[in-house]
Amino acid sequence: MRTGAQIMCEALIREGVSVMFGIPGGCIMPFYHAMYEYRSSLRHVLCRHEQGAGHAAEGYARATGQVGVCIGTSGPGATNLVTPIADAWMDGTPLVAITGQVPSTLLGTDAFQETDITGITVPITKHNFLVSDPRELTRVFREAFHIARTGRPGPVLIDITKDAQLARLVPDWDVAMDLPGYHPASRKSAVLPTAIAEAVRLLQEAERPLILAGNGVIQGAATNELRALAEQTGIPVVTTLQGLGAMPHDHPLALGMPGMHGWVHVNKAIQLCDVLLNVGSRFDDRVTGKASSFAPHAKVIHIDIDAAEIGKLVHTDVAIVSDCKPVLEAIASAMPAGSAATRHAWRDSIAAMRDEHLPRQGYTRRERTAPLMPHDVFDAMNAAFRHRTDWRVVTDVGQHQMWAAQLLDWSRPRTHITSGGAGTMGFSLPAAMGAAIADPERTIWVVVGDGGFQMTACELATIAQEGLTNVKVAVINNGYLGMVRQWQQLFEGRRYSGTPLTGPDFAKLADAHGIRGMTVERADDAPAAIAAAWAHNGCVVIDFRVEREANVFPMVPAGRAIGEMMVAE
Amino acid sequence: MSQHTLIAMLQDRPGVLHRTVTLLRRRGFNITSLAVGRSEVPGISRMTLVVDASDATQVVSQLDRLVEVIGVTDVTTEDAVQRETALAKIVASPSRLAQLVDIVVERGARVLHVGEDEMIVEITDTPERVEHFIAFIRPEGLAELMRTGRLAMMRGRTPTRLEAPAHYRDQADGAPHEEVAA
Repeated sequence: MRTGAQIMCEALIREGVSVMFGIPGGCIMPFYHAMYEYRSSLRHVLCRHEQGAGHAAEGYARATGQVGVCIGTSGPGATNLVTPIADAWMDGTPLVAITGQVPSTLLGTDAFQETDITGITVPITKHNFLVSDPRELTRVFREAFHIARTGRPGPVLIDITKDAQLARLVPDWDVAMDLPGYHPASRKSAVLPTAIAEAVRLLQEAERPLILAGNGVIQGAATNELRALAEQTGIPVVTTLQGLGAMPHDHPLALGMPGMHGWVHVNKAIQLCDVLLNVGSRFDDRVTGKASSFAPHAKVIHIDIDAAEIGKLVHTDVAIVSDCKPVLEAIASAMPAGSAATRHAWRDSIAAMRDEHLPRQGYTRRERTAPLMPHDVFDAMNAAFRHRTDWRVVTDVGQHQMWAAQLLDWSRPRTHITSGGAGTMGFSLPAAMGAAIADPERTIWVVVGDGGFQMTACELATIAQEGLTNVKVAVINNGYLGMVRQWQQLFEGRRYSGTPLTGPDFAKLADAHGIRGMTVERADDAPAAIAAAWAHNGCVVIDFRVEREANVFPMVPAGRAIGEMMVAE
Repeated sequence: MSQHTLIAMLQDRPGVLHRTVTLLRRRGFNITSLAVGRSEVPGISRMTLVVDASDATQVVSQLDRLVEVIGVTDVTTEDAVQRETALAKIVASPSRLAQLVDIVVERGARVLHVGEDEMIVEITDTPERVEHFIAFIRPEGLAELMRTGRLAMMRGRTPTRLEAPAHYRDQADGAPHEEVAA
């Protein structure tokens, strides 16, 4: 005999879970009670806010590719998880959220701390479950993890009534999953040889082909296959924000990031290309700009594991619904060898655009209007990162996120973790905590604005309590909600409405948590600060007080075609 | 925007209707009608859905992505039987009611109830003919109208994607599928 709560713990262990992030409360107490006896195999990290627990689970998942697990109680505990669940939904992050629910006899009565969390999360989960019958627990946990980790990964919520956790029963571990409608590589998706042949024909006939690589390449562990196809065919590769790291930044065929803050030559190449091979990117509007004028001359080949992404935003000529790895291999084996030698003119013209535009763009101009510019920090990080592989970077949302995407030397998959689709400020610190716990051998650098940092800075206490030493925080502190301020400057006549921001002394805030704090105000001090942070056997917060009104360029104004770029004020 | 008739097969679980409707609302597809009920197999429901959408492929693939949706097909241009039932209450003078009883029956309706100054009739027909019938009785004193929404079923053998999964069929005692197969 087991209690429902014990069955939950054993189900988690059977699914390979070893770390969970959460906060207890009334309706999830039986689960915590049981967890205590499984603590040698199930580590629980007590976070300071359920949002932090959710992002920590996301960071864990993004670093490892494994399902992240977060826990909250009913009511506010559950609703605080809504933001990370939505974030995981947008970025395809495998997440299982476990919430307590009021006893089944009280369901629907507006009981204390009762919230319809399954109803609330319907549009932001792949699936969710309300379990009031403890006999369903074994099946539901199997199904939840299966759904979270297969297909386009994503969040699944399991809401469990308190009485189901307390019930005593003999678990049936052999129960089969019952998911007749779930086809992670949907039945339409069987990779049709005709589709591969058509893709190959288009690519062979193309004069100006381009590959657009997204998160699917990283999630599908297909970076080697991507690079092999590019090298074999000589087709240049553009990487989206979530695809950064899919191609080494210094590879001759790696062009960089497209879209709203992409490089001019990348966006121009997209607008000129005649065949666009999209590998695992969902044509987000931050990539396409005005979708109707995106890649106007291109035949589009779209490889996506999710059939619903095909044709959602951009007309697709060849649709291939599949995990991208086997498709990249199939295309490569069908492409004639030696085609890399062709299309010199196309690559040369992109190189010419790059040489023309790159030196004039935004921070590549290296203008200096303050003793410490944001790019000074990124230069120092690149210098420190260059000869090491034991790092990941987690960024937040805003100007610093775009600067990091543009300026850091991304070379390997899963080294860049950010909130892309949802754009969740406050994501980075808790997500880094999850990544740090997943991988104690690596240093997790947080790049965060002063606005986003203050949203979840309470997790510094969690980091301190857990005794983590491998989280290093670089606050790009400009005293504004900088991205909004930039829009106000450029499009609203400098009416800085609701954007000036005063924070605490971040070094002292760190100090109050027993974490080392530093303040850097001059460019010359940035490299030493980063070196010292790295050498310090403990977490560090560095407050980089940068130029207050630096802007992210290039920039495509909202709703415009991506060819229409602003490169300066 | 054009109108599409879809048939979906769903697991009969709490919340499945909520998920379907939430998805359609969120993606901006307008539901014209929705009819759902148990299928020939326990645990499985069939749904006929009429939606306004510029691109029915998106509706189909979004619905298909729901875990509890086993299969969904756009039957707008397929060979499918489509029916709708309406109940209508007509309020009129006793003398006119007496005349109407014959007239509505002539037009294919059934009279379910006749009172002193009102009657209830039922029409089951193609959606177009139901519309015509309603247009006809409206000036006669149409006081109340209740429609089922469209029901659709494809002619010929059931396509695999609209069949109940095997392990559900096996549980169904004497299900029509097994008889047909035999």
